[in-house]
Amino acid sequence: MPLVTSIRSLGRAGLFTLSVLRASKPTVDFFSELVREIYKVGARSLPIIAVGGAFVGLSVTLLGYRALETYGAANQISALVGLGLYRELAPVLTALLFIGRAGSSIAAELGLMRATDQITALGLMAIDPVAKAVAPRFWAAVLTVPLLVGFFCSLAITASYFEAVHIIGIDGGTFWQVLKDSVDFKQDFLFAFVKAAVFGGTAALVAAYVGYHAEPTIEGTSVATTRAVVNASLLVLMFNFVLSAMW
Amino acid sequence: MTDSASTPAVRLSGARLDRGNRTILRDIDLLVPRGSVTAVLGPSGSGKSTLLSALTGELTPASGTVEVFGQPVPQRQRELLELRKSIGVLLQGNGLLTDLTAAENVALPLRTHTRLPTPVIDRLVAMKLHAVGLRAAGGLYPRELSGGMARRVALARALALDPPLMIYDEPLTGLDPIASGVIMSLISRLNDSLGLTSIIVTHHVQETLPVADRCVVIANGQIVFSGTPDELQAATDPLVQQFLRGEPDGPIRFDAVVREAA
Repeated sequence: MPLVTSIRSLGRAGLFTLSVLRASKPTVDFFSELVREIYKVGARSLPIIAVGGAFVGLSVTLLGYRALETYGAANQISALVGLGLYRELAPVLTALLFIGRAGSSIAAELGLMRATDQITALGLMAIDPVAKAVAPRFWAAVLTVPLLVGFFCSLAITASYFEAVHIIGIDGGTFWQVLKDSVDFKQDFLFAFVKAAVFGGTAALVAAYVGYHAEPTIEGTSVATTRAVVNASLLVLMFNFVLSAMW
Repeated sequence: MTDSASTPAVRLSGARLDRGNRTILRDIDLLVPRGSVTAVLGPSGSGKSTLLSALTGELTPASGTVEVFGQPVPQRQRELLELRKSIGVLLQGNGLLTDLTAAENVALPLRTHTRLPTPVIDRLVAMKLHAVGLRAAGGLYPRELSGGMARRVALARALALDPPLMIYDEPLTGLDPIASGVIMSLISRLNDSLGLTSIIVTHHVQETLPVADRCVVIANGQIVFSGTPDELQAATDPLVQQFLRGEPDGPIRFDAVVREAA
């Protein structure tokens, strides 16, 4: 009965989320784990976010120039880049890159912890495995993805500036002025970071859930990693639509 | 926890242990006196690890009772975690956290469950590692340890909180004869010097009997022998004889039907 199975899985995922929130206690150990995880999922994601951001900035600028030039509005290119990035592209693409880089690693790590008895050992030592292994990864993702979105946007806009000003020939002052006039601080800029936090939390929860409950075998870990990437990516795209429609 | 010295460390009365819809062990009556080393022997798949799961509260008995230090194993998470602080478990796979060094692994339960200052914890960790002959290996990660060393680090971690009850799940699996000898000697020495109660769940009969005070043999879903090692060697029960001699044919079934029918 697929419907019953789906509802049961949803219920389990909800309970897992509650257990993660309940296990998030601000202890010294928690913060040291958090710092370690921020480094692992955040700092190590910087190179792909930088490359991804730069090429997205270049592509959107080129696309925008070709479309706007038809109407003689090529100097409005930074409005298109800014709005497109902050409202949609940066949070979604950063989250997708984050899922590929860090989400898969969270699922694989927890799957291997399960397969090598580490999660069982924590429970037998009266240490909550969710508090030790999952909560720091969840909060690291919630805190890190907004920062990565900021980094993504910075690289994308910098790349866009160089292409628009130094290759296409748009005036540099116009580029920045149009960008500043068209992007609203609350509606667009803050929105990107709220979305990013939601996507980061979603990605980490999905990855942690499938990794934590993986079959304790090599194949189970492999399946969990794939499932984490697929499910988290789809959820991010769905939540993106819902948040865009609501904000 | 009941502290009366006469209370056995572990008592199972008429316990039936199920996994899903299958009964793995039935009519289990077991009494482990304090201070003893009890070997729970049996072929692979006989339900030894299931018995261990019942002692640590991972598995609730379908019927009967499981008591540790005179108290039924609780089902509520908070009470269960309290009970687990008084039980050290050495897992077959060690379960060492791979992103922590050997010393950090041993320090983990101390940092989590005590408010001791870091220098004291460091001192305790050094003592625990010294007790298993690995004081110099504290800075190594699990991937840098041999199988025997990793098992000893896991043993040091299980002993970190000085639990009165130690459970060893297949402590010799994957070890060479020398490492096996070291582990068994450690188990025996630690049990005597620290006044522990030890339960060794294993199928390594010859290595375990010399250190055991009592033996229990599990086969075909129930306890088929309970007594001293000498009584075990002298037992004439065909089930016990088949297991001790490692004979492929006999009353202990070797095929998959064993688990389904148990």
